[in-house]
Amino acid sequence: MTRPQSDLSLIEEGDTRPGRSYLSEGWTLGSWLGTRDHKRIALLYAASITLFFFLGGIAAALIRIELATPQGDLVSADTYNKLFTAHGVIMVWLFLIPSIPSVLGNFLMPMMIGARDLAFPRLNLASWYLYMLGGAIVLWALLAGGVDTGWTFYTPFSTMFSNSHVVLALVGVLVVGFSSILTGLNFIVTVHTMRAPGMGWFRLPLFVWANYATSLILVLATPVLAMTLVLVAVERLFQVGIFDPALGGDPLLFQHLFWFYSHPAVYIMVLPAMGVASEIIPCFARRPVFGYRFMAYAILAIGVIGFLVWGHHMFVSGQSVYAGMVFSLLSFMVAVPSAIKVFNWTATLYKGRISFSAPMLYALGFVGLFTIGGLTGLFLAALALDVHLSDTYFVVAHFHYIMVGGSVMAYLGGIHFWWPKITGRMYSEAWGRLAAVVIFAGFNLTFFPQYLLGYAGMPRRYHSYPEEFQLLHVLSSAGAVTLAIGYLMPLGYLAWSLRYGRPAPPNPWQATGLEWQAASPPPVHNFAQLPVVARGPYAYHTD
Amino acid sequence: MTVPFHVLPADGAASATRLDSLALCLLLLTGAVALGVLVMMIVFCVRYRARSKADRSHVPSRDLPVEIAWTAIPMLLFLGLYAWGAIDYAALYRPDPAATPVFVVAKQWMWKAEHRNGRREVGQLHLPLGRPVRLVLTSQDVIHSFFVPAFRIKQDAVPGRYTSIGFTPSKAGEYELFCAEYCGTEHAMMTGRIVVLPPAEYGRWLAEGPRQPGMAARGFALFRQYGCSGCHAAGSSVHAPDLTNLLGRRVHLQDGREITADEAYVRDSIYLPRKDVVAGYEPIMPSFAGQIGEEDLLAIIEYIRESGHDPSTERP
Repeated sequence: MTRPQSDLSLIEEGDTRPGRSYLSEGWTLGSWLGTRDHKRIALLYAASITLFFFLGGIAAALIRIELATPQGDLVSADTYNKLFTAHGVIMVWLFLIPSIPSVLGNFLMPMMIGARDLAFPRLNLASWYLYMLGGAIVLWALLAGGVDTGWTFYTPFSTMFSNSHVVLALVGVLVVGFSSILTGLNFIVTVHTMRAPGMGWFRLPLFVWANYATSLILVLATPVLAMTLVLVAVERLFQVGIFDPALGGDPLLFQHLFWFYSHPAVYIMVLPAMGVASEIIPCFARRPVFGYRFMAYAILAIGVIGFLVWGHHMFVSGQSVYAGMVFSLLSFMVAVPSAIKVFNWTATLYKGRISFSAPMLYALGFVGLFTIGGLTGLFLAALALDVHLSDTYFVVAHFHYIMVGGSVMAYLGGIHFWWPKITGRMYSEAWGRLAAVVIFAGFNLTFFPQYLLGYAGMPRRYHSYPEEFQLLHVLSSAGAVTLAIGYLMPLGYLAWSLRYGRPAPPNPWQATGLEWQAASPPPVHNFAQLPVVARGPYAYHTD
Repeated sequence: MTVPFHVLPADGAASATRLDSLALCLLLLTGAVALGVLVMMIVFCVRYRARSKADRSHVPSRDLPVEIAWTAIPMLLFLGLYAWGAIDYAALYRPDPAATPVFVVAKQWMWKAEHRNGRREVGQLHLPLGRPVRLVLTSQDVIHSFFVPAFRIKQDAVPGRYTSIGFTPSKAGEYELFCAEYCGTEHAMMTGRIVVLPPAEYGRWLAEGPRQPGMAARGFALFRQYGCSGCHAAGSSVHAPDLTNLLGRRVHLQDGREITADEAYVRDSIYLPRKDVVAGYEPIMPSFAGQIGEEDLLAIIEYIRESGHDPSTERP
């Protein structure tokens, strides 16, 4: 480790005096539920998404236990269908989409740009209440008997054939969607109007760029989801023909509308993860991120092209062959900026002074798993190959590599990296590293066999399956047990650190971001006097 | 046959081998990239670990030629892979004109098939070896997907429309059929058996079984029963389009469009007669939506197809 870079201290003398920490402002229920502090709201989100993560995880565990044997023997077919629907709905809308933006983004964006809060603190709190309301409605739908449509709500099954609590679940997701829109809006306005003096666009940390691009997607795509869900509910409740051909509707219209949101939603999940990796890797390589501008442009390119590839979910749906060709070409093109990012992260390691702290292990794991997830995406983008692989376990493996191997790995990396800042405590480094390794191993054991299953022809969403697939399913289930242990570990040692952890210095990693200039945990208004920024991010020196 | 596991499903169609080559090519290419990235990461992590004394002078923070190179090279490779995938994909949807059509109707939770001579089967599908086949699929309720891993083909069966896909079975045997689009409670049980028989055996199989009229003959009966012949017969006094040789013909529409009449067009013309009105005709045909079932509709379409080809077919 190099000595702290005193010349990087951008805050004038005296302002780094620790003020009253945002945590010492009180522990009454009212001080949390009525807070407008972006840092406290971030913690409200952290607690809620952790709860939902483990609920979704329980559904996943039951699915994997069921699939350990070819027969459908643990739960009934209907229960199985409700389990994978619950797993998908919870993990996508109640965990992944809010995860990095609403927890880490909420906490860090204002600090990284040298602001005292988000532009609209009350709106920020309202977003969390909307999220909780939506989450409660989804839970209600699940407790009332569940939903069996899959998280994709394909019509006309969801509108006319399913006998489960579809409308209730739709309403829950709709409400959570408004929470996303408001958070996105808040971030966009904050980045535009509240950057500290001297903080030009190309001095923004890539984490801010990534969350900014994510916010644009949230604001532009989520309304389409809202409209689509309303149309499904209208058809289901009032038999208005929109998607069901028996009523004069078109089922493919639903898929176009749904994926117009849900494909960009993948980038909502993975762009912030890229932002996290772009903060951690330079810090522990003691090197400025390689090709900063290319990295920023790549984020924007992914955000823009990501809007134009939704039809690659529909190559075998009966859409026109020419539409398929256009969507396939664009899907290959969206892989280019992703490839640029992977190459640049790797190049950032070149001539670095690399230390392997827990956050770095998560970040390197993220790069590896994201690379595999991205490259296998090319198999699915290749039209003729997708005809074989679509709706098989290959797809399941691919998107779990992106969303779990990518986003969850990066989320955990970010939690470890900023834990000292957020809580003012250091966690056990040894446990942190061990958990990163267990999660990495468990993840690969769970999902790599699923690529093989998919190519061998195992369709997804099957409650029972032919015996020839059992070996790979058993491996996958064994991996899931490992992964579950890996995910429970941080819950233990991070909770332990809250009480017994060593108090954290303001900048334990000697990182360069503005957030590290404040005390750990930061004072209520982050900065006593707003910093003046005189250089770009990542001013690390190896020597 | 039970084997512990296999990665490559059996290949039962000509297109399967070609598809496996594309997959292998992608695997080698992406494997090389993944391995390259992994090796570089490991090399850098070891060589430039904090305690190492490796040379760290002249640290680049950006390098435009390198950035351009690793943007352009993947892009060119991607374009090549894209073209390969697109060409093979288009071939699935531009089947041999001589391909035997087989009609598949999906419903919760079974596959029903009908051959042109009227032989029907449920939960299995017999196909001739070495002859191009074109499946015409539809669904009676929700979306299903016809998936035969051994042929490397999959096509959604969508209610309210016809989809089709073509392939040539290249090896006799029995193959698994799965439903690949989630369709409700018994989705996982909506499986079936594909039986590929040598042509002579296939011919025998087609001929046996309960005797019933061929699809076209049944279609002709329905054509009269529903009153279609009242307007569309040659001698009718009603001004209605002639249906002789309709399938495959270019049709000029009232609104200026010109389309090729296929099964989907005929289906729409019966269910939604105002959608594609033929130029020079009044939109006077009533809709038959809700009156003619999917399987009967397919028979009527077969009758219309046959009526052009075979002068001996009884014509109204």
